[in-house]
Parts: sequence; structure tokens; C-alpha cells
Amino acid sequence: MDFVQNFPCFSIILCLFAGILSSGLKDKAAMRVNTCLLGIVTLLSGATLLYTLQTGQSFVYVMGKFPAPWGNEIRAGVLEALTALFFCVIMLLSLLGGRHKLLEEVESGKTYLYYVLTDLLLSSLLALVYTNDMFTAYVFVEINTISACGLIMIRQNGRTIEAAVRYMIMSLLGSGLLLLGLCMLYDLTGHLLMSNMKESVSRLAATGQYEIPLIVAIVLISVGICIKSALFPFHAWLPDAYGYSTVSSAAILSSLVSKGYIFLLIKIIYRVIGFDIYGDTRIIDALFAFGLMGMIFGSLSAIKENDVRRMIAYSSVAQIGYIYMGFGMGTEAGMTASVFHILSHAATKSLLFIAAIGLTDVSGGSRKFIELTGAGYRNKWAGVAFTVGSLSMVGMPLFSGFISKLLFAQAAVQNHVKMLPALIVLGVSTILNAIYFMKTVIRIYTPVGYSAYPSITFVKMRVYAVTLVAFILLNVILGISSQPVVDMIRQGLAIFA
Amino acid sequence: MGPNLFINYGEAVAMLLFGIGFGNLLLQSNLIKKIIGLNIMDTAVYLFLAEKGYIAGRVAPIVADGVQDMEAYINPIPSGLVLTGIVVSVSVSALMLALTIRLYRRYHTLDLDEISRQLKKEGL
Repeated sequence: MDFVQNFPCFSIILCLFAGILSSGLKDKAAMRVNTCLLGIVTLLSGATLLYTLQTGQSFVYVMGKFPAPWGNEIRAGVLEALTALFFCVIMLLSLLGGRHKLLEEVESGKTYLYYVLTDLLLSSLLALVYTNDMFTAYVFVEINTISACGLIMIRQNGRTIEAAVRYMIMSLLGSGLLLLGLCMLYDLTGHLLMSNMKESVSRLAATGQYEIPLIVAIVLISVGICIKSALFPFHAWLPDAYGYSTVSSAAILSSLVSKGYIFLLIKIIYRVIGFDIYGDTRIIDALFAFGLMGMIFGSLSAIKENDVRRMIAYSSVAQIGYIYMGFGMGTEAGMTASVFHILSHAATKSLLFIAAIGLTDVSGGSRKFIELTGAGYRNKWAGVAFTVGSLSMVGMPLFSGFISKLLFAQAAVQNHVKMLPALIVLGVSTILNAIYFMKTVIRIYTPVGYSAYPSITFVKMRVYAVTLVAFILLNVILGISSQPVVDMIRQGLAIFA
Repeated sequence: MGPNLFINYGEAVAMLLFGIGFGNLLLQSNLIKKIIGLNIMDTAVYLFLAEKGYIAGRVAPIVADGVQDMEAYINPIPSGLVLTGIVVSVSVSALMLALTIRLYRRYHTLDLDEISRQLKKEGL
């Protein structure tokens, strides 16, 4: 066994230990531990990615040396390592960009708790990405939920606590369904390891035995994960949770937490149920329909919104819709597009949240559009970053959003039945996106003769500005040289099952 | 379907309880009732697991009197899952109760809709 194969396990354990260690540290020390941790885990994930690219296949790491049907396993391939690397980078940038707001909004002496929560969140995300065991996945889903709830309510006001309660309620409904579906699947197959489950499921599907219970279990798991990742009809908690929490939390929640659950669903589709069996059930049609509705209604709600943070939050609903639409196509191309969109949306949405906070800060803290007039001149870096993020969301060439729209359109053309609705909704949704994002960009670049609010210079926000530049670069790199990333995703999906 | 339902009455009851808990968590507006619903829902899943893991006439897998035969014992994994699940649901309930206390101190009500109304009035 190569030494690199230990890295996925190391990174999960490191995060857990860092969380425990930080709970006994002072604010500054906890922050440093967290930054070091993110750096180390990024390196470890990068090494794992290089290793899997070299060997061209995924490897299984047996926990505690108990062999297959009994023990617990970690499995890493190209896709898992790529996602883990990406998650670490986005989390690091989101934390750097929101650090000054965190110090303002959380009383001093308590910010170390924030880093404890992010350490635990990272460990659960990595575990969701790497694990090969269904019940472990469930446990880490709950850890993810609890730490995400903490991230929302760390900023103490009535709004955030209410948002946290609503978030918890919806999440718990989702995890209840997930747990029930998982138990049913365990009873049907007799296994908890994903690969063993798949063997039994394909045997059951071939003989037609227990057909209805199998479908019920698949439906319960899918609906549970859809609720947790805020697919369209279940998105009521989302705008408050993203809109009022501190900015790093909003960026992390929208770009990482919901994506972790979606990654778990991809894993279940490929590794537990099997892509073909999942496609034969009608569930993917439902995912497709709700994805399309989410794309339209999310954007419509965003247009109506008069608060820039809540507008960006509603835009997330639309983007989650895109991802589920890709699942709904039921083809490899649709899946590739969805996975690319997970990465591209993570990079863009966290950029938008971080940039928006810079704009509202130079507008007296107000998030109303009328106050934002001319904010792009008062904080030039945030203005440029917000414009880049908006253009990427709308789907301008050069930026990552364009590539994911292109991939979705290509995938739609391959599926004759779903081509027409997918392409129409894609077009309509792009126009709606353009309406509300361009409205904001025009608003922040509308000159005002005299402004009541002062401008801010580079010297006062070095870390913030550098973070924004890093985010912009990430977006442009994903947009210009997307082919290597898409190839990696294709290769990863091919060896994923 | 009828006779099957009767034989597996334990699972059927578990599903009913799950439905009751789920409905309470979703529809009640009182936070304490919601948490009770959450606990009913989780417990229903554990009942389902325990019911599935039990095999009539066998005992818990603790080797006694030197009986090594696999046929003598039930499958221990569902019991292990139940224990893990209980730990998870305890921590989640504790968190929900803590949040409820926070909200009650601030707004002096347990009604989530009423809290939303007061928040609108505050205009935060």
C-alpha cells in the first residue's frame, strides 16, 4: 500500500482533532490552527488527486484492517479527491474574506467557537466525500447539520436564531427520511458498505424481488437529500439562513454544505443503487421537473427581492435546480455537467457573498438596492468582484458559469425527450438571471454626485482584496481552461461506481 | 398484503409512528411539540431497526455456556445502529431545546409563527 492512500483518512482525523484542540484555545490561536489545518488538508487532497490521476483508478482504504463485508471503508478516486481539494480551497477563501466581519459581528472571546465549528464542518464534508459506508455517511450528515446550524446562529440576533431553528427543522425532516430509507435498504440488502449493497441491489432488480420496497427506499433517500440540499419546494428556510448569518457562514453554507449532500446523492446513485437502475425508476423525472421549476421560481423570487444578500440566496435555489436538472437527464453527460456546476457554483456563489458584503459596508451597512447606488466606486475591488460573479452566473464566456451552461445544453441535446423543456427553461432562466444580476451591477455603477458614505482604499482591506482576486482568478481559470477539469470529472465518474 | 401486514405488525406500527412524528415536526407551530415529533420520528426508526434485527427464538449475541453456533444468536448490527442513532438524536434534541430556550427568552413565546410576526415588526 502506498503511503498516499492514508491521506484521506488523515485529513478527516486531523479536522476532528483540530476541532477538539481549538475548543480549548484563544480566538487568535484557534484561527491560526484553522488556517494551518485548511492548508494541510488542501495539500493532502492535492497529493491524493495527483496519485489517483497517476494510477487512473480509485483505491479502498480499510479502516482498522477489518475486511470487506464487516469493516468500515474509505474510498478515494479522481472525483472524490478533486471535490475535496475544491472544498478546502473555497472554505479557506470564504473564511479569509469574511474574517473582518466575523470579528465585528461576534463578541470577542467567542470567535474560537466559530473555528471549532468550521473544523468539524470540514471533517464532515470530507467524510461525506470519501466514505464508502452508508451509516457513516448518515452520522456525518448529522454532524454537518449541527455544525451548519452553529454557523448560522453564531451571530446573535433574533433573525439568525429563528433562521437556525427553521434550518434545523427542515434538515431534521430530511435526515429522518434519509435514515428510514437507509434502514430499509439495509434490511433489503443486508449490507452497509456501498459496493456490497450494489451487488445485492442489482440481484434484487434482476429477479424483480422486493420491487416496491426497493423503490420506496430509493424515493425516501432521494427526497431526504433533496430537502437537505434545498431543492425547489423545500427552500423556504434558505433565504433567511443565508441572508442574515455572518458572511463567511453564508458563503460556506451555500457553496459547500448543500453541495456535500448532493455529492452524497451522486455517490448513492452510482455506488449503491447503480446508475441504470436509478434511471429506470421514475424518480429522475421528478428530479428533472423540480429542478426546472426551481430554476424558474428561484429566479423569479430573486427578481422580487429588495435585499441584495437575500437576492443572492434566492439565486442559489435556481442554481441547485440546474444541478438536479442535470441528474434528471439520466445520461453521463448530464451528470458531468452537474458535477462541473457544483464546482463552478461553489466558486461563484461564495465570491458573490463576499463581494456583496464589501458593497454593503460602504453603504452604511444597508442592503437595500437604493442605498447601494454607486457602491462600486466606493469599494472598487468589491465592485469588480461582484461584476465578475454576476457575469459568471449569467453565463458570459470567459467565466465558469458559461462552461456549465454549455455542458448542460450539450447534455440536453443528447436526450431527445427532455431536450425541449430543458433548453427552453435554460434560456428563460438565463434571461431571468441576467435581469436581476445586471440590475444590481448597473445599480452599483450608477454614479452619484455626492455620497454620504466614504470610500474605502486598498490599504484598509488587504486580506479582503487579495481574497477577492483569488476568487476571480479561480472563476476565470475554471472558465478558460475548463477542459482539464471536465476531463478529470469524466474520468472520475467512469471509475466512480 | 393483508396477512403480511399482520405478521409484520411491528414494522407497520413503526411506520405509523414515523408518520405521526414527521407530521408533528412539519406541521406543529409550537416548538416543544415539534421537538416531541422529532423524537417520535427517530424512535420509530429505532423500533423498525430493532424489529428487523430480532429473530424469534434467538438471544442477544453474548456468548454464554460456550454456545458458539451462529444459529443461536440474533444479528448484532441493527442494535449497534440503534445505539449510534440514539446518540445522534440526543445531541440533535439538545441543540433544538437550546435554540428554543434562546428564542423563548427573547420573544416570550414558543409559537414559531408568532416569533416570525414579531421579527417582521422589529424590521431587522
